[in-house]
This record gives sequence, structure tokens and C-alpha cells, in this order.
Amino acid sequence: MTAIIIRRLLQAIPVLFIVVTLTFLLVRAAPGNPFTTEKKIPAEIMEQLQKEYDLKGSITHQYAQYLWKVAHGNLSISTQYRNRTVNEIIAQSLPVSMVLGSVAYFLALLFGITFGGWAAIRHGRPGDRFIMLFALLGISIPIFVLAPLAVIFLALKLNLLPAYGWGSPDQIILPALCLSVPFAATIARLTRGSLLEVLKLDFVRTARAKGLSEDAVLFRHALKVAILPIIGYSGPAAAGILTGSIVIETLFGIPGIGQFFVNSASNRDPFMTSGVVLVFSSFLILFNLLADILYFIVDRRVKLE
Amino acid sequence: MTSLLSFYRVVRNDLFLIVCAVFLLMVIVLTIFGPLISHYRYDEISNASLQQPSWTHWFGTDVNGRDLLTRTFFGARVSLTVAAFGALISLTVGVSYGMVSGYAGGRVDNFMMRLVEIIYSLPTLVLVIVIVTTLDNPVASLLHRLGMEESYSRLVLIIVFLGFTEWLTMARIIRGQVLVLKQQPFVQASLALGQSHVLILWKHLLPNLAGLIVVYLTLTVPTIMLDESFMSFLGVGLQEPLASWGTLVANAAFLINPIRLYWWMLLFPAGLMTLTLLVLNFLGDGLRDAFDPRVKK
Repeated sequence: MTAIIIRRLLQAIPVLFIVVTLTFLLVRAAPGNPFTTEKKIPAEIMEQLQKEYDLKGSITHQYAQYLWKVAHGNLSISTQYRNRTVNEIIAQSLPVSMVLGSVAYFLALLFGITFGGWAAIRHGRPGDRFIMLFALLGISIPIFVLAPLAVIFLALKLNLLPAYGWGSPDQIILPALCLSVPFAATIARLTRGSLLEVLKLDFVRTARAKGLSEDAVLFRHALKVAILPIIGYSGPAAAGILTGSIVIETLFGIPGIGQFFVNSASNRDPFMTSGVVLVFSSFLILFNLLADILYFIVDRRVKLE
Repeated sequence: MTSLLSFYRVVRNDLFLIVCAVFLLMVIVLTIFGPLISHYRYDEISNASLQQPSWTHWFGTDVNGRDLLTRTFFGARVSLTVAAFGALISLTVGVSYGMVSGYAGGRVDNFMMRLVEIIYSLPTLVLVIVIVTTLDNPVASLLHRLGMEESYSRLVLIIVFLGFTEWLTMARIIRGQVLVLKQQPFVQASLALGQSHVLILWKHLLPNLAGLIVVYLTLTVPTIMLDESFMSFLGVGLQEPLASWGTLVANAAFLINPIRLYWWMLLFPAGLMTLTLLVLNFLGDGLRDAFDPRVKK
């Protein structure tokens, strides 16, 4: 298995290389300049700026310089947030996004598996229908609709939680909850479907015939197998939470990496944009690998390729 | 045609799906004709800023005094257009990719599916944001040279690139079904009679995949709609004065404050958008349960 993991990690290098190359060349090749402002900048100053940021000369030259820095772990200096290195900005904002994302992911798993399992047990009864209706609603309602509603009702009308900001634990709850809803809904649907399949299988009947309590059958036997599609969904879920958190960060004023990304992409900051894309891509590739390994550990029938 | 008829039969026998289909039809009709019969233009600015719903403005007005009813249905026009054309592109790419991969089998299949997995593990929406923001100006000048409206450059970019990112699920499903179908006697018989591979794909496999394609098309449409509104919400999609459901909700969301609530600005566009997405998902789910051979009844 170690060999396979190493191979997968090595495979990630060319993928990341292509992604960074495309991003950098795209941002630089398109007309427009990160230093353009409302006021016209004198030619000498523009030249000085370009020299300072290694954005002078031909595009291949700029790209070579950038790639050399990236290979040494230096993501260069942001042109949008002057005087700050991309490494520094990412080091400050990424942990914030990570906390938000992981709390949301945890909530999605907790609510999704609980409600999905409960719906499966009450299959066909009103409780099941009700949960499934809510799950479909959760998938259909965009988080940028849900979040303002939550702010209006939970924060402004009922005054339960703060509507804005970041730092104290109670400021995490509302954004993480809003972010988790579509994923909790999807996980609930997956859990229900898969548990219904598993409960029909022979080994469950055997467990029941042994005289095990219904709880033991469910938690110790059935759920262990039924969880597989949820592990399979974890890769797409991580990608979704990552993009979703950009919206949530904007709405709740959270100083995560999402805002920096949107600003730098709109303002043609080649280093910040490429840097964030690199971080996002590496994170997702790593997460997908972890999910595959977990899948392999839980289900011995699967071969890791 | 036969598969379309059986769709009609499934929908006809399910009252709930009929309600969904009728609702969707109503939204489409209002979207096409709504902005035409309205007394206001979508970008018509007036002094009646942030007015509550009234007889003159049924959905109220926004910050710039623009009629929200007109803007909501103009936004629907943009959102539905993006979703429809984007889904069509994703359908073309996904179906042909999946069919070739499944039919070729072996190494080609291995390689093509490996590629799909790699793209799956990339933040595609983030990449689309980068592409749309950087290619905005070049495409605008291209449109200008072709004599078309420049402000539509982002619309075109979003349609094309969302279409080219949301085809992965379709490709996987189609490939799986082709793997099963190509073992069937009628395909083998056709091969033995000397039919070319292209014609087998086109004449024998495609008609058998039609049901599955329509099902996953109804599920791709809401996905792309959501992606577009997500980008417009962040300000990297459509730009003012153009409107889509995403920009309308964004305008409302950033006005939320503890002192005064402009509820109509959020309620109407967000409500219509959520209902449309819900109905599309209901339809997609219902059709999938009826048609997808992998869903057991």
C-alpha cells in the first residue's frame, strides 16, 4: 500500500504543475496589468514596479522566474496586497478557512448520517418522507440564500448568535451550519439509500437471527457497510465545501482565504491567484487520496490502484 | 422517440410530477414573455428607490429604483439560458466521452477514466472563476468585432466553461451503461454484419442511452444554474446592469442590516430560484427512479 500511496503522490506533481502553469500563463497572457489603477501611472514607475515583482520581460521569462521560486516554496509577493508575500497571506488566512470547513464537514457528517439513518429505519413512514423532503430542500436552496435567511432570523430577529465576524467560538456556529446544509442533505440521502440496501442483505439477517438487539445490528454491523458511499462522496464534498466557504466567508466577514482569492482573481494578481489555486488543488488531491485510503481500509474488497 | 413517449407516461401517472412540470413550464413562459409585457426595462433607473411591493411595482424596487418584478424575470432569463446551454455542452461532451471510453474499453478506457478522476479532484469552479475573469476583456473585444453586445462576454464564457466542467458525472454514468450494452447480442450481431464502430455508437447505443441521458440532463441543469448564480453572487459572474438570480440575491444579501429589512429584495428572486431548483430536482429524482437501471425499485 505504501508504494501505491507514493505513486499517487508522485502523480500529483505533474497535475499540480499543469494547473499552476495554466493559471499563471492565463493571468499574465490576457491583456490587462495588475498595476493598472484609475490614475495613470508614469512609465518609469510602472517599469520599476514590474521589475520589483519580476513581471518584466517576455512571458516565458516571467514564468521561468516564478516557477523557480515556487519550486523553492516561495509563492512570490502579492501585487494586490502590496508588501505582503503570498506565503504570508495564505499562512494567515488558510487556517481560518480550514477551521470553518472542518466544523462544517463535521456537522454535515453528524446530521447527515443521523437523519439519513433515522429515515432508513422509518422507511416509508411519515418521518422518512419528512426528512427526505427536507433533504431535497437542503440540496435545492443555495447557501447564499440560506445564509442571509439564517442571519435575519437567528441573528437579527432572535439575537441567538452573532451575525458577523470571526474569533470567538459562537461566531463559528452560524456560518459553519449554513455551509454544512447542502452536504448534510446529500449525506442523509446517501446514508438512507445505502442503509436500505444493506438492511436487505444476508449478513444482517444472520445478525438478527443470532438474537442481537436491533441497535447492535444497526450500529455494529449494518452501518459499517452502509458508510461506504459516504466515504466515496467525501472528495466531491470537500471540493464543494471549499467553494461554498468562499461565499460564506464573504457574507459573514470571515478573514479566510476565499476573499483573497476572489479579489486577486478580479484584480489580475498573478502570484496570489496561482498560489491559491495551487493550495486549493493540493489540498483536494490530498483529501481525495486520504478518502481512497480510508475506503480501502474499510472495504477490503476494493483494490487501491 | 419511444423513450420520450415513456417519459410522458411516467410523468402522466404521477400527479406530483405533473405539478412540477407545469410549474416549470410556467416559469419558462413568464421568463420569455415577462420582460416583454412589463412596463419597465430591466435597467430602467428611477427615483423610487427601495420601495415596498405595491400596485405599481408588484415585487418592489431595488436601490436604484429598478422594478424588481422585471429584474427577477430578466434574471430568470439569464439563469435559465446559462443552465440550458451549459447543460447542452456538458451533455455533448459527457455523452461522447463516456461512450468512447466505455466502447473502446481496455487501455483507452483506463486512461480516459483516470483523467476524469484527476479532474474530479481539482477545484474546477475555482479554475472557471480564474478563466472568466481573465478572458473577459479579450472575449468582449471579440464580440465587439463581430458586432455583438460586449457586455455578454461573461455570459458566453460562463456558459462555455461551466459546460466544459460539469460533464464528469454524465461521462461516468454513460460509460458504465455502455460497458453493459456493448455485450448485448444486438451489438455483437451488428458487429458481425460489418457495421462500423461509429455507426454502432450512433445507431444502436445512443437510442438505448436516451432515457439515461435525459434523466441526468435534468440533474445537470440545476447544478449549472447553481454554479452560475454562485459566481454572479461573488461578483465574478455577470455584471450590472445585467441581472441573474445570483446577482439579485447578492444585492439583497449585502443590504441586510439590523435597522431596516428590505425583505422583498430577498424573498422574490431567492424564492423563485429555490422553487425552480427544487422542482428541477424533484423531476430529476422522479425520472431517475423510473429510468435509471441502477436504481432498484
